[in-house]
Amino acid sequence: MIRAALLATATLLASPTIAEPLRMAVTTSFENSGLAEVLLPVIAKDTGIEVQLVVVGTGQALKLGESGDVDAILVHSKSAEDAFVAAGNAPHRREIMYNDFVLVGPAGDPAAIAGTDTAIAALGAIANTESAFVSRGDDSGTHKTELALWAAADLDPAGFGKWYNAVGAGMGAALNTAAGLDAYILADRASWLNFGNKATLALLFSGDPALFNQYAFLPVSAEKHPHVRADLAETLENWLTGDVAKGLIDGYKIAGEQLFVFNAETN
Amino acid sequence: MTDILDGFTAAFYLLIGLDSDLIEISLRSLHVSLTALLFACAIAFPLGTYLAVQRFRHRRTVISVLNALMGLPPVVVGLIVYVFLSRSGPLGVLGLLFTPTAMIIAQVIIITPLIASITHQAMRDLWADYHDLLISLNATKRQRIATLIIDGRRNLLTAALAGFGRAIGEVGAIMIVGGNIDHATRVLTTAIALETGKGDFALALGLGFVLIALALLVNLSIHWLSRTESDGLW
Repeated sequence: MIRAALLATATLLASPTIAEPLRMAVTTSFENSGLAEVLLPVIAKDTGIEVQLVVVGTGQALKLGESGDVDAILVHSKSAEDAFVAAGNAPHRREIMYNDFVLVGPAGDPAAIAGTDTAIAALGAIANTESAFVSRGDDSGTHKTELALWAAADLDPAGFGKWYNAVGAGMGAALNTAAGLDAYILADRASWLNFGNKATLALLFSGDPALFNQYAFLPVSAEKHPHVRADLAETLENWLTGDVAKGLIDGYKIAGEQLFVFNAETN
Repeated sequence: MTDILDGFTAAFYLLIGLDSDLIEISLRSLHVSLTALLFACAIAFPLGTYLAVQRFRHRRTVISVLNALMGLPPVVVGLIVYVFLSRSGPLGVLGLLFTPTAMIIAQVIIITPLIASITHQAMRDLWADYHDLLISLNATKRQRIATLIIDGRRNLLTAALAGFGRAIGEVGAIMIVGGNIDHATRVLTTAIALETGKGDFALALGLGFVLIALALLVNLSIHWLSRTESDGLW
């Protein structure tokens, strides 16, 4: 009781009067996971930062950071992030957490991917049977992962026939298309679990480490763009890699399943 | 079909529950589109009327261009406004990107040609009737334009409502320059796009019905306020 009262008083005293806005570009898959709704109110309470999310694909998020239109980005495409840092657009890259991709498809599983051992074998089976497949096709982190998997399977999407549909849309819109076409699709687990229009689709393959999806935080370079709120970005980074964030991220569940695994190196 | 029924149910619950988020984004939709309409009308009414009363070289070209701009693709306008307002763009220092102001700027650009074009069409006919009278009264150009705007106000109302309709239902441009940020730049149309993306068709449709209802309400109240379609005035 006393502890609760103390905690409440501490929270009251600690809560700053004016919230300072910080713009962060995040990927659609992060927003669709619903984790933001859990984290943002606590961030506002703990640090006084009002995080404004600009939800776009990884490609556009990096572009927004490059132009200095956001203060920080949270994306998941390591090679693109490394190039972003190398180009001087961000002072560093900080890994926060990971979730995983899953292969979703028609419940009847015409390509029999449920029985395969690796993600590469599963994609090979889809290509062999020429079963309908929906690709994000929007240069997003998910799309880049998909392309890397095709490359690892020694297959080139450019040579695929009509069964390969690159829709050029966000995760949700692509899932809607897959539901309509009864097609296979690579989706992040969070978006899939939160998706409301599953129709005849079912989760068919997951668990291969090749499908792990690392999210990283990149503060936009204040050297290049003096107007960015580097101070707020640093506060946010410290919060995201701290114990409160760890508890919230690891504890976030949809339908009883843990979605994200916190793996930031703490200070 | 069940989706549509679910949509009606969702709209109903959103409305009777006076959902605070719904009220916030609906008010923002109105704020952005009505402000854009105000600026667009301030530019388009005099411009359209001027084009009707004034003869000058290349007048036909200007009118043709204006008519063609009625079909300006919002997503392209959004992209151009984005490039200008981006921090690395020419107007970047203003820091307007991802604010309602940026959305208003984009919508003004989208609807001004439409309103000016309809204004011009209406004023051309009216000018034919008023031409001799205004010339014989030796009215100045400014007086002629003012007279036409005042006497042609019902036609201008149609032009304005067409502009409002295009603005309130627009999503391509404001998605790019507004960013659909929750509690900052999210409006009804971008929220509908977001919910569709999540596969929550019921909520998306519910918001859609709210949007249609809002557009109807604005149209009806403008008609009521300006007393059109009532006794002796039509």
